[in-house]
This record gives sequence, structure tokens and C-alpha cells, in this order.
Amino acid sequence: MSGLSRIIGKEIKELLTPATLIPIIIMAVIFGSLGSAFSGVTEDIDEKPEFGLVIDDTGNLSSVARLSLVTNSVITFDGSSLEEGLSRLKEGSIGNALVHIPGNFTSNIESGSQGWVEIFYHKTGTGLIDLVQSSLVLSSVTAMSQDISLRMISNDMTAVPEVVISPVAVYSTTFLNGNEMSGVTPDQIDTVFQSSGFVVPIIVMLVIIMAGGMVITSMGSEKENKTLETLLTLPVKRTWIVFGKLAGATIVGLIMSMIYMVGLGYYYSSLLSSATIDLDSYGLSLGILDYVIIGVSLFMALLCGLAICMILGIFTKNFKAAQTMTLPVTMLAMIPMLISLFSDFGSLPSWLQVVVFAIPFSHPMFAVNNLMLGDYAIVFAGIAYTAGFAIVMMAIAVALFKKDILLTGRIRNVNEKGKFRNPLRSMLRKR
Amino acid sequence: MEAVKVTDLHKSYGDFQAVKGITFDVHEGEVFGLIGPNGAGKTTTLRLLATLLEITGGKVEIFGKDLKNEAPEIRKIISYLPEDAGAYKNMTGRQYLEFIAGFFIGEKDPVEMVKRGLEIVNLDDRIDDKVETYSKGMARKLLVGRALMMEPKLAILDELTSGLDVVNAQGIRRIVRNKTREGTTVLLSSHNMLEVELMCDRIALINDGRIMEMGTPKELKEKYSANNIEDVFVEVVR
Repeated sequence: MSGLSRIIGKEIKELLTPATLIPIIIMAVIFGSLGSAFSGVTEDIDEKPEFGLVIDDTGNLSSVARLSLVTNSVITFDGSSLEEGLSRLKEGSIGNALVHIPGNFTSNIESGSQGWVEIFYHKTGTGLIDLVQSSLVLSSVTAMSQDISLRMISNDMTAVPEVVISPVAVYSTTFLNGNEMSGVTPDQIDTVFQSSGFVVPIIVMLVIIMAGGMVITSMGSEKENKTLETLLTLPVKRTWIVFGKLAGATIVGLIMSMIYMVGLGYYYSSLLSSATIDLDSYGLSLGILDYVIIGVSLFMALLCGLAICMILGIFTKNFKAAQTMTLPVTMLAMIPMLISLFSDFGSLPSWLQVVVFAIPFSHPMFAVNNLMLGDYAIVFAGIAYTAGFAIVMMAIAVALFKKDILLTGRIRNVNEKGKFRNPLRSMLRKR
Repeated sequence: MEAVKVTDLHKSYGDFQAVKGITFDVHEGEVFGLIGPNGAGKTTTLRLLATLLEITGGKVEIFGKDLKNEAPEIRKIISYLPEDAGAYKNMTGRQYLEFIAGFFIGEKDPVEMVKRGLEIVNLDDRIDDKVETYSKGMARKLLVGRALMMEPKLAILDELTSGLDVVNAQGIRRIVRNKTREGTTVLLSSHNMLEVELMCDRIALINDGRIMEMGTPKELKEKYSANNIEDVFVEVVR
């Protein structure tokens, strides 16, 4: 074996450990699961869009329009009453959209103007997935416009050339959260929500990873330098040591968050000044109370993250080992962050909602959009859950701080009869 | 009252038994040494007595307080110096002593404690430099000062002079010896037989988790007709 191959072999053996492989495997499994969760979207794209149709026009071009829409779509409601159609749309019984062709559709086109088509959207989510669904409806109407063009050309209809090329004009109205947003398309709303919604998840992820990493490496460093041993033999309660470390890291984490938030504030103000729609006028904006709620949610998530890191830090033996220990927390922070980029909480499949809710870092990530939509219940439920989660994690950290495992990093121990005992189990039994 | 009373002490890590039923007493005011090779169980025994590890079996009393049930009380009267210990590198030597003294507010006078610590450490102007700039000898002096400044009833010192040069090692031994004259009982471990012979009133030879012999250095040398403790140890473990 040459010197080079010896060194390569040694490096691989040193680097390719279960500690480095397992997180990667878990990450691959998670991405695989996310893929299957979002595969429904791809299937939706392949399928025909479903929406309701109300035609008030009796002209020949409306017949072309009907034939085109029926061919390219699934018509879930075909009536003559716009009120009834809108009522069903808001109930959610006819899909996410209603296409309305007014009475003057044919006559307008024949007189050289564009024929107006109204599309009413009932928006239930704010993620990219919902954006895909609403764009499919628009595609059907675009196809309808092309069919009308073909009919006009084949029938040698004399008209303004621009109208022959584009005979249909669309006027959109979106119903969102009880608001009727006239002249607003779902993608305009999504653009604003996506712009505002993706920043907080990234901030939460960064703060959790950075502050959590500090706690774990601090534990690793304390163990390596044996300052922890000194600390543990001083007349101070172990509980205070845990709380002290957590409080210190939490304060640093909050300072980091505040710095990010200042940047976020500027981001929002510049974003809102350039936004094409004013969500504020529809009550879809954040007030001071909302920012306080986001802050509380972030604080709770941070506390959870740091308590988890404290527990992981207990198992670390030195500074080097601490580096790999941050991976589980990094992954837990990345999962909801990635999901939040594609969908809002309400649009997720049920099983994924459970997974996302169970991850404490998810809650501040989804809080912005949920609060903008006025969904306070899910935000408060998230805060209550993360508070409970943090208390349990801190209790485990305090209990482990009283065990040998803090210094030995070993999982198993032996009782007086020589039988193995699990320190965590015996600790829980004592409690 | 005995300073330390250890009876049939056991400690296991998984299926490995680090301490296999040791029994010894340390008299108040004496320097007692646990000596043995690496892995003999010295550090584990000291960590057990310093309330850092849970005992698997047996009984330990420190100044009449039961280790299992009165660990917080024991922490008020002991001081533990781990082998190769460090201090917080971002602090100066003075700040470190002040930080530690702060834990004794209500029990002792922290100002006096730091003053005493500074005298023991004797680092002059360097005491206000960051710990990360200290040599190994200076850092060990600081830690010895930290361990003795609170005038503990029992000082547990693991490998007191490990890794130090002769001059630094001698200085630190002198500091510890002087402090014992002021009433502190010392339990130390070492694999340096010469150090133990110089410092200890009594010693216990420990090997493979068991105490093989115990007595004053003089008694043991006479018993085994040896010139020094190193020879005694070789005879005992043979």
C-alpha cells in the first residue's frame, strides 16, 4: 500500500463515520418523503382543471367558448346564475374558480372589441402549490381564447387584427379569507405572501442553527477544558447551570434575531412600497400585536432548539464531536423552512401537517402567513405546543445534568446487581 | 471525625468495573495520596468523592455527610481540581477567580476569597492577562489558587503536577503543603511516586480498581524493605 493510499484510507475511515452518514441518510429520506408529498401537484398539472362556468351570452362565440372549456377542463358547475355560482364557489363545492362569460361577450368581439371574461377565484392557500392550481384555470381560458381566434379566422370574420389575435380579456376577482379582492389575481397575492413569508423561515433557521451550535460547542468546549467538572463541584444547583446556559444562549439568539429583524423591517417597507396590490387595505397585514406574537413564537422555538442542543451537548465529548452534533438540529430547522417555501400550513397533506406541527421550529416560520390570514388559533396552538415542548426538553436536560452521562457521554450504566440500566429510563422512573 | 470515610465503594461503566470495592479513611488535616498507574481507578474515585459521578455501590461520608444524599452540602466544603483542567480562556486570571468566588456569596466573603487566591497564584501583573495567554505552569497555578482560595475542608486534587516542569511542580507542591498547615485536608492522586512520597502523610496503592496497600510511606517502605514507594508499588502489584 502506497503512502498516498494509506493517507486516503485513514482519512475516509476518520470522516466516514455513522455520525456523518446517518444525518445524510435521514436527510435523503426526508427529501424523498417531501417529493412524494408534493407529487400530487405534478399530477394536478397533468389533470384538467376543475371550475364552475356561468354563461350569460347567447351568441355563437360563447358556444365556441363553452366547447373549448368543456374540452380542456372539468366543469363542476354549469349554470346561468352568477349569484348561485359565486355562492357555491365560496362554499368550496365547485373547485377553486368560477368562469363567467357576460351577456355582451359575442357582440363585443363582433364589434371589434375584446370580449370580457370574469374569473372568480376562491383562494384557500398561499403557497406555490395553490399558485399552480389557479394558473391552470387561466390556461384553460387562454386555450378558449385561441379557439375563438381560430373560429374567427376560419369563418373569415372581419375584425380588428388585435382582437383576432387576442379576442378575450380577463378580469380577475379573488376571494381570500372573506375579502373580495377585485382586479387581483391569486398570483399577485402569492407573490406578496411569498416575498414576506420566506424571510422569517430563513431567519428562524439561521438563528436556531447558530444559537444551537453555540450551546453544543460550549458544552463540548467545557468538557474538553474540564471547566464543566469544576462548575459541577461548586455550590450551585445543576438546574441553575442548565437554565443559566440556556438563558445566556437565548439572549444571544434573540439579539441575533433582532439584528435580522431590523433588516427584515427595511425589507418589508421596501417590499410593500413596490407591491402591486395593497394587502393592508384588505386587512391582510401585520399589526404590532402580530409582531409581538411572532416574537413570542420565535422565542419559544429558540428555547426548544437550545434545550435540544443542550441535551445533544450532554452527549458530546469534546469540541470536535460537538460540530457533528449540530446536524440533527440543522435538519429539523431545514425541513419546515423548505416546506414553507412551497406551501402554507393549511395546504399541506394531513400527515405532513402533523410532522410540521411536531417540529417546534415550524411555528414561527408559518406564523407570518397565518397571522396575515387571521388564523390566530393555529399560531396560539403552536406557541402552546412549543412552550410544552421546551419545558419537557429542559426537564430532560436538567435530569441528564445530574447523571454520569454528562461526563462520560455513555448511554448505559450498571446498577448494584450488575444489570444494565438506561439512565434516561431510570431517571424517568424516579420522577 | 474522619474527613473522608469510604466503605466498599464500587463504580461500573457498562460492563467495565472501574472501582471494585475500595475502603479507606482520610484523617482530618492530613494529605492522603491515591497512587497507581494510569487506568487504576484513581480519577474515578476522586470524581465519585467530588460528587461528579454516581456511586454504583458502597458508602462514602465526607465530614459526616453522606455522598449519596447530601451532595449539595458536600459541594460547599470541598474543592476539586481535575487533571489537565483549564479555565475560561476569554477571562483574565483575576476575572476567573472573581467568577468562581461569586458562587460562594452568602457562604463566604468573595472579596477575601479572591485576595487569598491572588496570593496563592502569585502571578503579579499577568493575573490581568487573558487565561489563553498563560503557560501551562501559570494556568495550573491559577487553578490551584482557585481550588484553595475558598479554604475548603477537603481539597481533592487529581494529578496535581501532571505535565509540569520540575520548577513549576515544586512550586505547586509547596503551595498545597502550606495550605494544609492552615487546616485543609487534601486527597490527591498521582502516578508520580516521588511526589506522593514528598507530600503525603499516608498513601493507598491502587491497582485495577482495588486498594492493594495502605499506610505511611515510611511504614510501607519498611514492610517491603524498599528504598522508595516506586519499589513498594512494584512489589505490591507483582
